[in-house]
Amino acid sequence: MTRPMKQAGSARSGDAQVDVELTVNGEAIRRSVSVRMLLSDFLRHELGLTGTHVGCEHGVCGCCTVLIDGKPGRSCLTLAVQANGYSIRTIESVAAADGTLHPVQQAFKECHGLQCGYCTPGMVMNVLGRFEEEGPLDLSDDGIRELLSGNLCRCTGYLNIVAAVRRAAELLGRS
Amino acid sequence: MSTRMFGARIERNIDPKLLRGEGAFVDDIPLSDALHVAFLRSPHARARINAIDTAAAKAHPGVVAVYTCDDIGALDVEMPLLIPHPSMTNPQTQRPLARGDVHYVGQTVAMVVAVDRYTAEDAAAMIEVDYAPLAVEMDMIRALQDGAPRVHASIPNNLAAHFVQSSGDPDGAFAAAEHVTRITVQVDRSTAAPMECRAVAARWEAVTGELTVWDGTQAPISVRGGLASVFGIDEDKVRVIAPDVGGGFGQKVLLFYPDELLVPMAAMQLGRPVKYIEDRRENFIGSSQERTQIHTIELAALKSGEVIGLRDFFLHDTGAFIPYGIAVAQVASTSIAGPYRIPNILVEFKAVYTPTVQVTPYRGCGRPQACFAIERAMDQLAQELGLDRFEIRRRNLIADNQFPYAREGLLFADGLKVTLDSGQYGKALAMAAAELGAESFAAAQAKALSEGRYLGLGLACYVEGTGLGPYEGGHVKIHPITGKVYVNTGLSTQGQGHDTVFAQIVADQLGVSPQDVIVVEGDTKAFDWGVATFASRAAVVSGNAIHKTAVTVRKKVLQAAANMLDVDIDSIELRDSAAWVKGSNRFVPLAAIATASNPLRYAFNKAAQAATQFAPASKHDGPPLAEGEAPGLEATDYYSPSQSTWAYGVHAAVVEVDPGLCTVKIRKYVCIHDCGNMINPMLVEGQVMGGIAQGIGGALYEHLDYQADGNLANASLMDFLVPYATEIPDVSILHLETPSPLNPLGVKGVGEAGCIAVGAVVASGVEDALRPFGALKFHQVPLSPTMIADALERAGH
Repeated sequence: MTRPMKQAGSARSGDAQVDVELTVNGEAIRRSVSVRMLLSDFLRHELGLTGTHVGCEHGVCGCCTVLIDGKPGRSCLTLAVQANGYSIRTIESVAAADGTLHPVQQAFKECHGLQCGYCTPGMVMNVLGRFEEEGPLDLSDDGIRELLSGNLCRCTGYLNIVAAVRRAAELLGRS
Repeated sequence: MSTRMFGARIERNIDPKLLRGEGAFVDDIPLSDALHVAFLRSPHARARINAIDTAAAKAHPGVVAVYTCDDIGALDVEMPLLIPHPSMTNPQTQRPLARGDVHYVGQTVAMVVAVDRYTAEDAAAMIEVDYAPLAVEMDMIRALQDGAPRVHASIPNNLAAHFVQSSGDPDGAFAAAEHVTRITVQVDRSTAAPMECRAVAARWEAVTGELTVWDGTQAPISVRGGLASVFGIDEDKVRVIAPDVGGGFGQKVLLFYPDELLVPMAAMQLGRPVKYIEDRRENFIGSSQERTQIHTIELAALKSGEVIGLRDFFLHDTGAFIPYGIAVAQVASTSIAGPYRIPNILVEFKAVYTPTVQVTPYRGCGRPQACFAIERAMDQLAQELGLDRFEIRRRNLIADNQFPYAREGLLFADGLKVTLDSGQYGKALAMAAAELGAESFAAAQAKALSEGRYLGLGLACYVEGTGLGPYEGGHVKIHPITGKVYVNTGLSTQGQGHDTVFAQIVADQLGVSPQDVIVVEGDTKAFDWGVATFASRAAVVSGNAIHKTAVTVRKKVLQAAANMLDVDIDSIELRDSAAWVKGSNRFVPLAAIATASNPLRYAFNKAAQAATQFAPASKHDGPPLAEGEAPGLEATDYYSPSQSTWAYGVHAAVVEVDPGLCTVKIRKYVCIHDCGNMINPMLVEGQVMGGIAQGIGGALYEHLDYQADGNLANASLMDFLVPYATEIPDVSILHLETPSPLNPLGVKGVGEAGCIAVGAVVASGVEDALRPFGALKFHQVPLSPTMIADALERAGH
């Protein structure tokens, strides 16, 4: 189900270009990018991975969250050139190849943890990143809210997202 | 019979796509060779433009075009006044690009089209504009005075509209009053802040003469009509698609924003797709806002607490322009009596131009302001009469047997008389008291106080006129190959879950799973009659249109199936995507019925073999398609409501105020609401909870901070405080279901409900919590720590 990535296009502006090599969703990528291109724009417009959304471009809303070497990070506050040598995971890599939802995604669906779906990829990547970290998770109500405190959602009022994190923990056998 | 889907908590059809990152929001739609737009916006709230020099921008590498008002030909006119009304003395709307004057910080002055957004922004910064700044007045009261600086040079006193409505005999009521209470309250300016900012992309196909526009709008059909009109092309040659839209909350119902005209224009002129993706700062300074109203409300009461009269005068800030007419103020003015009988009402407002972003509806649309006014007044009246806050409301609520309850003389935003159609207001109030534990609250409050903690009980009731006309349509078609049911309507979704609730409605009629109902909306090529998503109307208006249509298709299915199975219609039942002879194993799949209902010449598959002109599902003599019949299992119908249907609810909370830090924590929040029959309670709760969260934002955090010079000081999500999960408490949502008598499904709207009462609840609770410090008044939201500190200081603390 994963969309094929876009092939490299010709440079379009007069910006200085730099070659970058990075891994995106397990695939080695080598591109020449503008020195000021944001990682979010690189993923979306250069690679066609449009599941990563951009909500504020100043690092507040969390829509653009991706995993950078396994850790949730803001792709709108990261330049593409800074991602050189890193491994990036985006929402497109989360479900199984046949489209079967990952337990975190499944939990959001079961709990009605999304409405418009714009913040959702960032939410899922953040939650996924935290679940994949070593060590215990604080799954108390406050702990889950804290876990979500870098992501804005304007639709749901969060309660169903809190429930989804709890449900994901169940599905993943985390306590 | 299969399980009824209407009323079921089923998961949403759209979710897997959105969860996998496969949503198609405007900026996700691949347009090869697209150009990108950036706007130059005014840095002044008021200024004359002496000159604009675009030479350097045009010469910048990668720039394809630069437009000012001189370069946009026929578009250089004021954009439409969408909802005219005689109360508007001087209606002003914006031009796509400023000509001569600018009227707010953020107004579009020039447009750059370049190979990418980075380059376009660089070039926009190279445009030299010679401004002569003018004086501004940001305060509505002073703006109305003679000699005040004008937002529009030709409009003295900045008066945009003046409107008076009355019901009953308000003067008589005040003459007969045993007690009058008077209060002035204010709700401040806020914004919808959808997570996806606005976005427009356009592609012009010169060969076919077709314009395709992807627009994150709530009103694609209306946008199409406007574009066809502006560009002078056939409506059928303009396709407007509202794809996945990342929240709207009213901000995206306005048409036109400048980009909605200029982007298609540029695509047509330049021969390449053109895209404009609004950034967050632009959303703050360029896209519609709402809320500021200052109400002075008086209640004429008897000593019993019965309110016999209401007078309300308010100022409504309409920003620099009034493209949506007086809708927001009119909704406020007609919601002012809330769920109370109050038979005598005088309500008057003045809409005032201020040099700020234009005001058009944001979720709630005037209702939060009206609710804040009446509910704070009811609290004050209770206090003055020595009555409990629940009790004074109980004594004034419209009783169940008084519906329909008309307010003669008050016209709602649909131009029709306000008539509250149904409800169980008293029961809702009692449920709120019980769920909150109101009876035992005084003891809990006293105990907390003895521990140095300040708890308060907050309470507010609201009503919401929903499901406004004029109409929407539905198209239902059973696909002959797959047997899946395709459903279309003209309005669009911004996350509400239309695709699932409409599927549930259809599933019940046709005996299919909701997952097999494919809803396509927001695309004028799929369905192009209708209006828009606003005023909590999709479930009511489109829902009933789709229901009516599905009933018609059901009849066709039953007749065709009866013919094919050679039994009476009464012997047929629809379930599991097939028509069954009741009590037997005989059935025929819907796909086969659909195929057989379409007399064919060519047997392209097995089902089609049975549908050639020799074996139709129709039993008649004569031609294969009988006179007056249409092929297939398909219908289109419309629903036009006779009036709005009124939802309502009661919110109550326990808040804790820290008088040292001046912070407010919501310890418990209870919402009782009634939106008639619920199609999907899980989605209803989602709507209500989302509304409550926005309401909490509006009650405590979200305040657009315009400076004295008209600059917006907090035009970022860093500084405009949208609540995170850490700010939103658990909420107990309880349902009442009083069917609306006005429509076949018995539904009322719910989209805006949650946000309406929250400000009043929080202010009520904070006042109650700080009672030990004296009778502090909180008559303004958002209720900031500074306001609490100031109130405590005034009380000598």
